[in-house]
Amino acid sequence: MTTTAPSAASGALLDVSDLVVEFPMRGFRRPPFRALHGVSLDVRPGECVGLVGESGSGKTTIGRAVLGLIPAQSGTITFDGRDMAAMSRRERRDLSDDIQVVFQDPYTSLNPAMTVEDILSEPLIAKGNVDRKSARTRIRELLDQVRLPADAVSRLPREFSGGQRQRIAIARALALSPRLIVCDEPVSALDLSTQGRVLDLFIDIQEQTGVAYLFISHDLSVIRHISHRVAVLYHGEIVESGECDQVTARPEHPYTQRLFMAAPVPNPIEQTKRREARWKLMAEQAAKNEGSAA
Amino acid sequence: MTELTPTLEAIPTAPPVRNHLVRTILRNPLGLYAVIVLALVILMALIAPLLAPFDPNELHLDNVNMGPSSTYLLGGDSVGRDILSRLIWSSRNTLIGALIGVSVASSIGMIAGLVAGYYGKVLDAVFSWVASILMALPTMIVLLAVFQAVGAQIMLAMVAFGVMLSPGFFRLVRQQVMSVKNELYVDAARVSGLTDWRIIGRHILLVIRAPLIIQASHVAGIAIVMQSGLEFLGLGDPKSSTWGGMLQNAFQSIYNAQLNLLWPGLAIGLTVSSFMLLGNAIRDTIQRTSTARVRRPRKVGAVSTQDPAAATPPAETLGAPLAAASDPDVLLAIRNLTVGYPKDDGYTEVVKGVSLDVRRGEVLGLVGESGSGKTQTAFATLGLLPQGGTILHGSIALNGEELVGLDENGYSRLRGTKIAYVPQEPMSNLDPCFRVGYQLVEPIRAQLGLSAAEAKDEALRLLKRVGIPQPERAFNSYPHEISGGMAQRVLIAGAVSCRPDLLIADEPTTALDVTVQAEVLDLLRDLQAEYGMSVLLVTHNFGVVADICHRIAVMQLGRIVEYNNATSLFDHPQHPYTRMLLESTLEHSVPRPYHLAERVTE
Repeated sequence: MTTTAPSAASGALLDVSDLVVEFPMRGFRRPPFRALHGVSLDVRPGECVGLVGESGSGKTTIGRAVLGLIPAQSGTITFDGRDMAAMSRRERRDLSDDIQVVFQDPYTSLNPAMTVEDILSEPLIAKGNVDRKSARTRIRELLDQVRLPADAVSRLPREFSGGQRQRIAIARALALSPRLIVCDEPVSALDLSTQGRVLDLFIDIQEQTGVAYLFISHDLSVIRHISHRVAVLYHGEIVESGECDQVTARPEHPYTQRLFMAAPVPNPIEQTKRREARWKLMAEQAAKNEGSAA
Repeated sequence: MTELTPTLEAIPTAPPVRNHLVRTILRNPLGLYAVIVLALVILMALIAPLLAPFDPNELHLDNVNMGPSSTYLLGGDSVGRDILSRLIWSSRNTLIGALIGVSVASSIGMIAGLVAGYYGKVLDAVFSWVASILMALPTMIVLLAVFQAVGAQIMLAMVAFGVMLSPGFFRLVRQQVMSVKNELYVDAARVSGLTDWRIIGRHILLVIRAPLIIQASHVAGIAIVMQSGLEFLGLGDPKSSTWGGMLQNAFQSIYNAQLNLLWPGLAIGLTVSSFMLLGNAIRDTIQRTSTARVRRPRKVGAVSTQDPAAATPPAETLGAPLAAASDPDVLLAIRNLTVGYPKDDGYTEVVKGVSLDVRRGEVLGLVGESGSGKTQTAFATLGLLPQGGTILHGSIALNGEELVGLDENGYSRLRGTKIAYVPQEPMSNLDPCFRVGYQLVEPIRAQLGLSAAEAKDEALRLLKRVGIPQPERAFNSYPHEISGGMAQRVLIAGAVSCRPDLLIADEPTTALDVTVQAEVLDLLRDLQAEYGMSVLLVTHNFGVVADICHRIAVMQLGRIVEYNNATSLFDHPQHPYTRMLLESTLEHSVPRPYHLAERVTE
């Protein structure tokens, strides 16, 4: 496994190439807003690819396009060798065995009026061929996998804390034993201590089941913790990608450098050093920009 | 998994969920009354043949316009029919009419609303147009036209009435569906592979169920009034008895038998008011449960579930001791502050005896997870506790002046001049209707007593100072035209405009991108040094604390567990909770090895 560039598509589970997504704007004949300008990346089986970017960079848009929740203007999304754009709605639905999602907000991604059992049986019901008893058994397995007690089934989401709700959402994503889970900021809404535990759960599950993650986050430390490979998104384009260690420790693109220098270190002395390094970097980049402009 | 076990055990065994709505309605006295009246009327309608002593159309010549007697309990009408029997049979006909109206209105409205709301685009436009046209037509005139066309068939008229009232249901359902459609759980269901109809059936109907019942209840009441009105005008079917028809009959002999007007009038009044009350009771119930359901357990909600005994109360705060209250170096001295919110018996305490000092010219970080009471402490200092929040005991002294017990006038003298505030969500703290400049200039004029032109110059100077590249342009912008980072700079400019002694910043960078966060922190640091002000910074982010704070107080479950200067706290955390939090930061995690990816691909 020496090839690490995301464009090395051989054996890729998910392959996104030249993806362009536009959103129509309000108003007569206004040009659409282009959220993604030809993005390419791939995810291999059992691997976690981290997608990091700031608000408006288009990272969530990539996730939603892969999930089929928004249409692509151009470019291809291939899953396991099959082009997803060419699929009918029915075929796309059948693919839900393989691609699942965990959303950011554990407070709105679970229907407040449904019990945990109803929530977890939903994907099983969608498949249609599951009887009550085996659905129950599967739900118990899932709760066990995300380390929630079995008696959680009859409760409503509001009875759980944020971290626990996110575990329920993870269990729902695992119900059909998918091969890829799109994780859209799954720990951003959680408290610090909970965040670490939920991330470790993600890692455990990946090592047990071999599921691949497309892990979207704005938080560099989270991305660093969980990813094998990282892609950095800026204004709808991937500006840098590669091995996690290479991108997060020795970033090459000026934006990535700025981004990583801006994240504060939880230690006053190290943070003072990083802050000074950031100021220096900003000054250097500004000088370079002026030089290239002149 | 310490996170799971205690919380789950604290939850009582699964509460009965399904009967929740019904039970709360019955507990509401008006709801209970409405349910009883409606149940009796419906029962009466169902067993009318058993209850009625006489045939409703049978004429008794001895009973013409007679008052109540032992044979005819409520007397007779103008042609000698038994009023009691007619009243009972009428309830059946009237309710059937109302049922037809409601069923037609709700089924047309619901189906059209679901389709329009879920699929949108052309269907939505067409259905909305039709709904608007129907709403523009006067219902009574349409019904009169129906009578002209088809003759005196009240049931057919109720069908037409249902069609006329369907836009009400349509608009309700459409709006509900549109708001539910974009919820993440609907997206999740779509990703799970559910078909559209399954999603509508499982998720959307569940949410719109209650508003639909409320609307149906109200429409049922209106339908009875409408139907009775038509009958009263003589447009009904003379062969079937209804309350409206009885009213018309009684009206003709109003001078001979006034009492006859009472019975149908009473029946209509009681039934219609019960339908309305039932609708209101359901609405009240739903509103109460939806406000009680805390979506994000932040600020107030989270702590209330914690049993104070279960939380391990630290014997005392670890770290640096507090200064004497009279120390002139101390700007803000909080002593033993307890903040509570009222509950059924007494108060739920969210801040439990917090003591801290903010010295002159220092930045104090107040760190904790959600529900730790850090924001409540800040709001108590600002005198801006949310409704119900009460300072139960303790003292807050600014420059030696006691703030607890200060009235609104006293506080408004302090806020803006002595204490300033920078919020978490910059956008929601700027009024979208006014230009940024106006929102800056007004407080400057009010607080510093400057003229309009001077205040504008001052505002522009401040905007430049907080690093806004084109101050003039930002000054003339509306809040939606500037970015979140820019909005936060504007609010900081506003906060420092009157040179406060103390700046309270509640998660000032949490809503911002990390690169903008670094810039805003730089700005805060510079301003703090330049103005020599003290800052109380509330945050959950240890990186932010490490960047800017001189001293740090760590809060857990309403208490300060550790209080120390920044370097000592990070180097030698004393309290287990602080250590746990610091260990949870992912800063020094090593990148994951690749072994799994290799194993799978092999």
